[in-house]
Amino acid sequence: MSRAIAMTDSPPAAPPAPARRRSPLAAILRHPGAVLGLVILAGAIGAALLAPVLYPASPWRMVQRPFIPPFTLDRVPLGTDALGRDIAAGLMHGAGVSLLVGLVSTLAALLIGVPLGALAGYLGGRVDDALMRFTELFQTVPSFALAIVLVAILQPSLGSMILAIALVSWPPVTRLVRGEVLSLRSREYVQAAVVTGQTTFTILRREVLPNTLSPIVVLASLMVATAILLESSLSFLGLGDPNRMSWGFMVGAGRTVIRQAWWITAFPGLAILLTVLALNLIGEGLNDALNPRLSRER
Amino acid sequence: MAGFIAQRLAKGVLVLAAIVVLNFFLIRLAPGDPAVVMAGEAGATDEIFVAQLRTKFALDQSLPSQLAAYLGSIATLDLGYSVRQQMPVATLIGERLPATLLLTGCAFLISIALGVLLGALAARRAGSLADTAITGLALLFYATPLFWVSLMAIILFSVRLEWLPSFGFETVGAGYTGLARAADIAQHLVLPALTLGLFFMAVYVRMTRASMLEVSRLDFVKTARAKGLTEGVIQRRHILRNALLPVVTLAGLQAGTLVGGAVLTETVFAWPGIGRLMYDALLQRDYNLLLGVFVVSSAMVLIFNLVTDVVYRAVDPRIEVAR
Repeated sequence: MSRAIAMTDSPPAAPPAPARRRSPLAAILRHPGAVLGLVILAGAIGAALLAPVLYPASPWRMVQRPFIPPFTLDRVPLGTDALGRDIAAGLMHGAGVSLLVGLVSTLAALLIGVPLGALAGYLGGRVDDALMRFTELFQTVPSFALAIVLVAILQPSLGSMILAIALVSWPPVTRLVRGEVLSLRSREYVQAAVVTGQTTFTILRREVLPNTLSPIVVLASLMVATAILLESSLSFLGLGDPNRMSWGFMVGAGRTVIRQAWWITAFPGLAILLTVLALNLIGEGLNDALNPRLSRER
Repeated sequence: MAGFIAQRLAKGVLVLAAIVVLNFFLIRLAPGDPAVVMAGEAGATDEIFVAQLRTKFALDQSLPSQLAAYLGSIATLDLGYSVRQQMPVATLIGERLPATLLLTGCAFLISIALGVLLGALAARRAGSLADTAITGLALLFYATPLFWVSLMAIILFSVRLEWLPSFGFETVGAGYTGLARAADIAQHLVLPALTLGLFFMAVYVRMTRASMLEVSRLDFVKTARAKGLTEGVIQRRHILRNALLPVVTLAGLQAGTLVGGAVLTETVFAWPGIGRLMYDALLQRDYNLLLGVFVVSSAMVLIFNLVTDVVYRAVDPRIEVAR
């Protein structure tokens, strides 16, 4: 892609050169796709925050006749579903669930993946071997099937969904962090820290991990996108939190009446598509901004 | 090559054993008595059957001997009995497996063929309008929920245009045989295979494009140009062949996602494969069947990984000498 921005400063893995460093934010804002992504994401966050204000009543409540097509009644701009529920209200309330699950499960996956990757990369040897075998095992297992089994067994709820998504999405983090740590381990400043007698934990926390931050941030933004896809897929199969309206559930509920009422499934699906697209665009922008060396490859 | 395959097979068996152990602990995560969990929903089964399960899986003994009993039964391909469906789990899965293999196989071929083709096209004209269009399309499909694009395809191609059937494996009661039946099944296969393949096509487009751009900067490509080879030969023989290696690796990594995606596609299109079976098991909370499908789909992924490993060795030009 011709979006690659020619940047003269050093890549983030090397010791920083603060004087010449252009702010990553400025770099992202020069990336048109990322700006579009930020706008869409802001819209989704706005919808999530405004949902309780604009639609204080439960999105599960029947408000009108069922099967009202969109753009016909001002009170229900996007129409109603098979049970007369307001689709616009569902969309607004669903935004919060998707964003929350996407964000929290990604954070949880980082909490599992980063320490494992750091240990594997830094300690090497048998620990590395064992941890990598373990990671490979989780990468082989069909992740969506495992997520289904986990949520079904733990009973559907927001918590079990977050746990299941985190448990199937940490392996790429481990592999990434391990690779980064492996290349940082022999750097002079890390060796200096070893010589001064700091503990492994302190070295990892203060010297090594801060320098792996930018690739992790890029990966995390893409993981939130994948997590939202997983969340909506689970909800579509009826494994969502039974008390929360979500986009995936709405698509699943409209599936049986798709021949009569396309809008019941079309709008929530579009909302998922736009949000996931936005996060992917932001991820690409972040990648170009934070890893200028890699961005030339694209 | 045989030694290599044997080594990979041994590794695969170990991984499968680890997955079965994982399964064993998953059953114990469910609330309540594992025997009742395995039998089906609480209250839906009779006491004698639950007692039988308890002896069979040594549930009154220590955890290690329980694990041994469980591993032993799986090793003999005994995946248990589905009380809900009144059939052994292995039989249920065996009946449904061919449909899933057909669907995922076709989706895989579509996605890799289209993905490599479009990715190579985009890389060759990097920066052009065609490149922007292809990468944009790939990004769009990459972000589209699988179940939703399937439903939209049904609205467009089945409901509006009436070109293709929207559900099932074949026309029920039509009584086709031979070629007519194959054509009928192929017609039913188009929508599920295409929609399942689109997401993965996006993945391969991105990978092929990035990988080809990277390889095209390497020295041996310059040498080929200096030798005066035509651009087409350089693209196909020198760049594409080397650029395919990471794509093959990725294909192996994506196998799990492909099998998982089949659950959604089969659910939407009522395709009678193990994905649909998993959905039914889920609705009825038939944990034994659910875990059985999970083990079998994991085994499918392992076999697929083995195949990609072999393919990798076949297409990698660097280890030609070693063979």
